[in-house]
Amino acid sequence: MDKPLTRNIKPDLAPVTLAEYRRSGGYEGLKKAVTAMAPAEAVATVKEANLRGRGGAGFPTGVKWSLVPQAAGQKYVVVNADEMEPGTFKDRLLMEGDPHQLIEGIAIAAYAIGADTAYIFLRGEYTLAARRLEQALQEARDASLLGRNILGAEFHLDIHLHTSAGRYICGEETALLNSLEGKRANPRTKPPYPQTSGLWGRPTVVNNVETVCNVPHILREGADWYRGLSRSQDAGTKLFGVSGRVKKPGLWELPMGTPIRELIEDCAGGMQEGYTLRGFLPGGASTDFLLPEHLDLAMDFDSLQRAGSRLGTGTMIVLDDATCPVRIVLNLERFFTQESCGWCTPCRDGLPWVVEILEGILAGRGRPEDLDRLEKLAWLMGPGHTFCALAPGAAEPLQSALKYFREDFERYLPVSPALSLRGEEHRVPLLEGERRAAGG
Amino acid sequence: MDDKNNKPIPLTESEAAEIRAAASHYPDPSAASIEALKIVQKHRRWVSDNNLQAVAELLGLSAAELDGIATFYNLIYRKPVGEKVIHYCDSVSCWMLGAERIREHISKRLGIGLGETTADGRFTLLPIVCLGACDRAPAMMIGDELYGDLDEASVDAILTREDRHG
Ligand SMILES: Cc1cc2nc3c(=O)[nH]c(=O)nc-3n(C[C@H](O)[C@H](O)[C@H](O)COP(=O)(O)O)c2cc1C
Ligand code: SF4
Ligand code: FES
Repeated sequence: MDKPLTRNIKPDLAPVTLAEYRRSGGYEGLKKAVTAMAPAEAVATVKEANLRGRGGAGFPTGVKWSLVPQAAGQKYVVVNADEMEPGTFKDRLLMEGDPHQLIEGIAIAAYAIGADTAYIFLRGEYTLAARRLEQALQEARDASLLGRNILGAEFHLDIHLHTSAGRYICGEETALLNSLEGKRANPRTKPPYPQTSGLWGRPTVVNNVETVCNVPHILREGADWYRGLSRSQDAGTKLFGVSGRVKKPGLWELPMGTPIRELIEDCAGGMQEGYTLRGFLPGGASTDFLLPEHLDLAMDFDSLQRAGSRLGTGTMIVLDDATCPVRIVLNLERFFTQESCGWCTPCRDGLPWVVEILEGILAGRGRPEDLDRLEKLAWLMGPGHTFCALAPGAAEPLQSALKYFREDFERYLPVSPALSLRGEEHRVPLLEGERRAAGG
Repeated sequence: MDDKNNKPIPLTESEAAEIRAAASHYPDPSAASIEALKIVQKHRRWVSDNNLQAVAELLGLSAAELDGIATFYNLIYRKPVGEKVIHYCDSVSCWMLGAERIREHISKRLGIGLGETTADGRFTLLPIVCLGACDRAPAMMIGDELYGDLDEASVDAILTREDRHG
């Protein structure tokens, strides 16, 4: 099975050097693009390959590039390396393990849209990735793979590494652009989209690290080869991860369309001894829960969408039977509350309210109507009601937990009519796993 | 440490030079504001109100504008911190795998709660969101160093080593 994204990555995770990268065919995709293809042909190749964005939304990359005006002038490529969504740990590997793959991808993207400047927007905590990227950028400059007249062509490019300072909203592409300009990271109104008016008002393409890392392979091997890697209609391979109480948490490159079961049971080794799978968030903190009955679904954008969730970042968070779904949702909603930029009301006011209700329920102060209130709040924070996708993302684990784990919320509600009739004190019934953990 | 009444502190030559180098990567120097604050923090551990004026002037911003930016980001410390900041991850996967237990262990061992600094000024303990090391949960960072698969014993060993070095 071909694994283009990770085939150079070493078992000890030491970074691939420029010499090693070139020996494996590195920078051949860039060479082909700048010496044998017009920029529009490079865009067309990526479009034909049907590469879809790996940052969470799945927007077709070639289409995004083709929306950039062709007229000459200042344009930018920006790589989204903010990776702050809880449960997500895929871009780190690509940057630490094989930084030249990303640099080559950026160079091809820049050539395709006519940009001569690119920025990598890296989250501040990724200090190892920062050191390795700086080193690889210097290697590339020294080898004239960056700078003026790259590979002898009429193509010039500088890539700058920008390290951020920790704020989840910076990953939203228009907030990222504000942050990169040195402003507070509030999202911008769309339209205009970055492709026409982005960084300092200039046409800009924002792509996720993993998305960009696919590009050198597509250029080198062709669109047909790339589509052929997949097991479904979404092309290529993807990094899929699992965290939580599985035997071997980790990250694997698998064909798009691989069934979830293969990831959780074969790659991650299934659940740890003594724990049962209750559900999972398939693509990071801002995706809807799915259940064990969904294990045979194909991991691609459309299959998970049809099942009521999203592929998101492709990194799964597994819920076991000793972890209370209400508490996991509270942990997630606290994160979103803290990271909300405060720009629009449903998010700024709705999220703290959700947290307060959940805390009340867990403290035994809940009322039956609280569950309806949570449902209404999830709707209020949903698509179309807010300025950016942070709040809709926060609503996804909440609404799906209310749907699939309702009895887990209800077990905390003190005023069950039956109990109060008998005058008994309310004792929260334990989950299977909780009972085992308590030794009962 | 309340230095509200003190005068603005000028930048050192090397701070100013580093900030100018960062600013040269952008058509507009104010884009380097976060990097500039991080440079100041690297040299002074945290960014006090009195540091803002000099940075703002260099970047062509007002101190108030820079303050608005500084307070938005979690990794810019606006209060004094110890020599090493321990950031323990409190996000979902680490939380599931015992982050709270690890936090209590660190607190007990160092005698500090969240946001506090040890009496010898060595360590400050702060929470942080997902460190992108969820496959090695629970995880934490001390300074620039990432540690995963934590349990009480490994935390003890790490803290001993971190206390001895650097
Ligand atoms: C709150 C929020 C955080 C996001 N964080 C990231 C991130 O860390 N990395 C990323 O690539 N995309 C992130 N996105 C998605 C970006 O807005 C954008 O869709 C993506 O960078 C586009 O790249 P792609 O087309 O290559 O996927 C985030 C979106 C939202 C709403
Ligand atoms: S949804 Fe939340 S994060 Fe997004 S703009 Fe509104 S307040 Fe800010
Ligand atoms: S949840 Fe702790 S590193 Fe991701």
